[in-house]
Amino acid sequence: MGLRDLTATEQIAELAAGRVSSLELVDAHLDAIARDDVEAFLAVDAEGARARAREIDALPERPPLGGIPLGVKDALSTRDIVTTSGSKMLEGFRPVYTATCVARLEQAGAVVVGKTNMDEFAMGSSTENSAYKNTLNPWDHDRVPGGSSGGSAAAVSAREVPWSLGSDTGGSIRQPAALCGIVGMKPTYGAISRYGLIAFASSLDQVGPFARTVADAALLLKHMVGRDPMDSTSLEWPAPIDVPMATDLAGLRIGVVEELMGEGIDPGVKAAVEVALVKAEALGATIVPVNLPTALSGLATYYVLAPAECSANLSRFDGIRYGPSAEADNLLDQYEVTRGRLFGPEVKRRIMLGTFALASGYYDQYYGRAQRVRTLIVREFAQAFEGVDVLASPTSPTVAFPIGDRTADPYAMYLADVCTIPASLAGLPAISIPCGLSDGLPVGLQLAGPAFSENRLLDTAHALEQVIAFDTRPPGLAT
Amino acid sequence: MIDDTTVRHVARLARLRLDDAEEQVMREELSGILEHIDAIRAMDLDGVPPTTHVIELENVLRADEPRPGLSQEDALREARAVVDGSFEVPRMD
Amino acid sequence: MSDLEPVIGVEIHVQLSTRTKMFCGCAPSFGDAPNTHTCPVCLAHPGVLPVVNGEAVRRALIIGLALGCEIAPRSIFHRKNYFYPDLPKAYQISQFDIPICGRGEFTAIREDGSELKVGITRAHLEEDAAKLTHGGGRRAGADGSVVDFNRGGTPLVEIVTEPDLRSAADTAIFLRQLRQTLLFLGVSDCSMEEGSMRADANVSVRPVGSQTLGVKTELKNMNSFRFLERGVEAEIARQREIIASGGHVQQETVHYEPDTGHITSLRSKEESHDYRYFPEPDLVPVAPDPAWVEQLRTEQPELPIPLRRRLVDEMGLTQEDAEVITGSPELVAYFMEAAGLADPKSCANWIRGELRAQLRELGQEPWESNVTPAHVAALVGLLAEGTVSVPAAKEVLAGVIETGDDPATVVEARGLGQMDAGDLSAIIAEIVNANPDQAQQLRDGKDKVMGFFVGQTMKRTGGRAEPQAVQALVRAAVLGE
Ligand SMILES: [Mg+2]
Ligand SMILES: [Zn+2]
Repeated sequence: MGLRDLTATEQIAELAAGRVSSLELVDAHLDAIARDDVEAFLAVDAEGARARAREIDALPERPPLGGIPLGVKDALSTRDIVTTSGSKMLEGFRPVYTATCVARLEQAGAVVVGKTNMDEFAMGSSTENSAYKNTLNPWDHDRVPGGSSGGSAAAVSAREVPWSLGSDTGGSIRQPAALCGIVGMKPTYGAISRYGLIAFASSLDQVGPFARTVADAALLLKHMVGRDPMDSTSLEWPAPIDVPMATDLAGLRIGVVEELMGEGIDPGVKAAVEVALVKAEALGATIVPVNLPTALSGLATYYVLAPAECSANLSRFDGIRYGPSAEADNLLDQYEVTRGRLFGPEVKRRIMLGTFALASGYYDQYYGRAQRVRTLIVREFAQAFEGVDVLASPTSPTVAFPIGDRTADPYAMYLADVCTIPASLAGLPAISIPCGLSDGLPVGLQLAGPAFSENRLLDTAHALEQVIAFDTRPPGLAT
Repeated sequence: MIDDTTVRHVARLARLRLDDAEEQVMREELSGILEHIDAIRAMDLDGVPPTTHVIELENVLRADEPRPGLSQEDALREARAVVDGSFEVPRMD
Repeated sequence: MSDLEPVIGVEIHVQLSTRTKMFCGCAPSFGDAPNTHTCPVCLAHPGVLPVVNGEAVRRALIIGLALGCEIAPRSIFHRKNYFYPDLPKAYQISQFDIPICGRGEFTAIREDGSELKVGITRAHLEEDAAKLTHGGGRRAGADGSVVDFNRGGTPLVEIVTEPDLRSAADTAIFLRQLRQTLLFLGVSDCSMEEGSMRADANVSVRPVGSQTLGVKTELKNMNSFRFLERGVEAEIARQREIIASGGHVQQETVHYEPDTGHITSLRSKEESHDYRYFPEPDLVPVAPDPAWVEQLRTEQPELPIPLRRRLVDEMGLTQEDAEVITGSPELVAYFMEAAGLADPKSCANWIRGELRAQLRELGQEPWESNVTPAHVAALVGLLAEGTVSVPAAKEVLAGVIETGDDPATVVEARGLGQMDAGDLSAIIAEIVNANPDQAQQLRDGKDKVMGFFVGQTMKRTGGRAEPQAVQALVRAAVLGE
């Protein structure tokens, strides 16, 4: 077993015991990143990472995260490290500042080794919308890793980093975590500062961790949550995130969302989720069916709200202050040609959809109505949590699909997020853990809870993780 | 359904230059997506208020205290065209 | 054409003189090297977020309270979307359907003392655009433009009025007195020239008695009240002419050319605006604590328009006195301090008259000079008790301006005290005896000659006599009164 097979928690323990240095750990991962068999990285800061590792090794006392490597989704701003959000619109862009969540982790001893591939501006569910390259699923290189944080998920699954950061707007952490057989969590909206997260849909975007164990995910989360004066929507965090230790689920009421266990869910996925629920019962949990009748309208609601917000968020990309630009001799051409050429098809599609949904004459029919459906979804979750502590469902209706399979039909791609979108619309925390295989590919179990229920979700996921005992190592992974 | 005129109008509002082929594809794809989205137009939403924020924060205000910003060099460093410390843009007509 | 009446409403953008911008910690700047007061937020770098300046909220509330506006218990921000190089996010964070300050009313006073009531539709918070200079570029020929973000993001309060104004003159009176009020509130520099106060007027005409509004044009951004008044006048005339000749006014944005007095259209191939307003997801609602609003209401300084009325009604000043004294908050404070120590009317006379006249030559304002309000009150006191004459008092004032000594000290040092009555009688007797012809004229009822005696006496006494006292003594000497 090599250094890369250690979980983050184990790596920190090795550092603490003095059996390994931060530099050795960083080098071991940088070697794998240099090969990058799954095309997970867009930029690697080997020199910066080594320098930081040496600095940490020289400290009289190790910081809590010890000096272990971290992969960061390219949607997060990192000072002087090229940050593109997967778009040609930001090719070569070197930010002048670092995102709050990254800065907090660096402060706690994480070493940023590079930036991971993603769907352009986080719009997509397969990472095929990256303007740069396709990332491969470590379990099957002909398949997608999911998205939009596909690079971060694949990098952790392929053990190029022990953990990484993603962002989740409608499922962009949970769905790739499910497809790559790892843990991914989207916390309560407002838990982690969005300052430095290149906005896709501001009322939905959240940063969150990828890791191979629930405990590692909890540890990363612990060092990111809390109010940031630079983000008006960030929350004062009520209680520290604990590293989960639960071994049973006695007294826990788990609601199974019936709407997300029916039509449209692959039988193999459903079966794996049901097996996991049986194991939960064996740990003492009560399983009850729950209905979220509006949940399936979530997809339509999301595809009005998210594009509308993105249409405004992406208007700043005009080639004037940063980023490449078309040579034009008048302003209108400068805007239209730059944006027409440098945004990819999916981004243009969503900008068009969102601009339409907000345009005069359409606002009430689309944006206005979607906001009201959102209210219904929020209410339904609140009602459901009166009867249960946690809601369970598949994370993704299918396992990883072949590269190219869905690129021709935008709506088929949108369906990949049908299970994850409802909790996003309600701003609720949700975690995906691997719960088994279907046709040799990982299946994700999604657990969602009320706002601020992170600790209980992590405990539940951790207890289940122990009995599911999923082997996160993809078959055939080079060592 | 969405027609060519609407596609062109929306593309102009969004400052996206689409060629004829792109415009055609966009019209078809948007129409397809809107068909699915139209589900929410049929829902009974009488008396349901809109949700703008899922969090119940209010009055997040900053003290009026200056903070250090960027040097002129950093402010301009990623710009494509700079003239005497300012960002240059093409003429407007 | 006299059967058409103008209908005018105005929109005023007021830059708040806060220490930092509306949504970031940069200090707004005017005149520094370009792009030296920026940060990732006001340059709209990828990933940044706005945070509301609490002081801007406070000032918006202060303005709203002064305009009698309803304060929204919970207001929200919206994004107003449009592309322009001076707007780096390509949306302005503004307020739309729930502004922080709702309906109110402002009462101005015309020169004849009549009231001019103007309904306030709303006053909302937003951010200013950056400075765009046309023709400064090098790329694409000499006609490119350049952008400086130093002032981009400065807090603005936009005040919108109802279409309640009926003449260009009233429009100017309203705006001047609104500006004066804002200055008293200490929220803005309100400089039209420097653009910290900018007004657009919506102008239309309609048949007298009609309740419907005619098609309006928007007269943009004039940098002085004078041009604004003339511009509105010219636009009213233009619209009247169009209608008189059977035409229709087009809804458009127009511009007044001060040099030619002509109105020109700004509209080129401008597309119809669709701002796609939607609630700003990056900001949370502003719900001012009612106790805070009440506190701001009680802390509100006395405003110039009601103050003017009080100065006339309660303190005996003339309309004109009151208008001059309320010219600036500093002058009001200065006057009030003096008026608390001596007769207000006399203080007002001396401050607006002799003091300002003497200081004008030095380029000083009263509150910047050596003369304190207590000095003014002391001087008024010396006059009232007859210690100095009016002409001597002017010299005393000059002495105070020069030295900063208090008036009594100056009187002593320069020997400017009123002459003893006996000495004065003796001097006057001598003058009367030496000028029998003039004395006879006075006896013949030619009162004009009194000026001669007063002048002679002043000359002999070096101004240390009170003219009225001199007159009485001359009458006594000549007429035996
Ligand atoms: Mg405005
Ligand atoms: Zn700034």
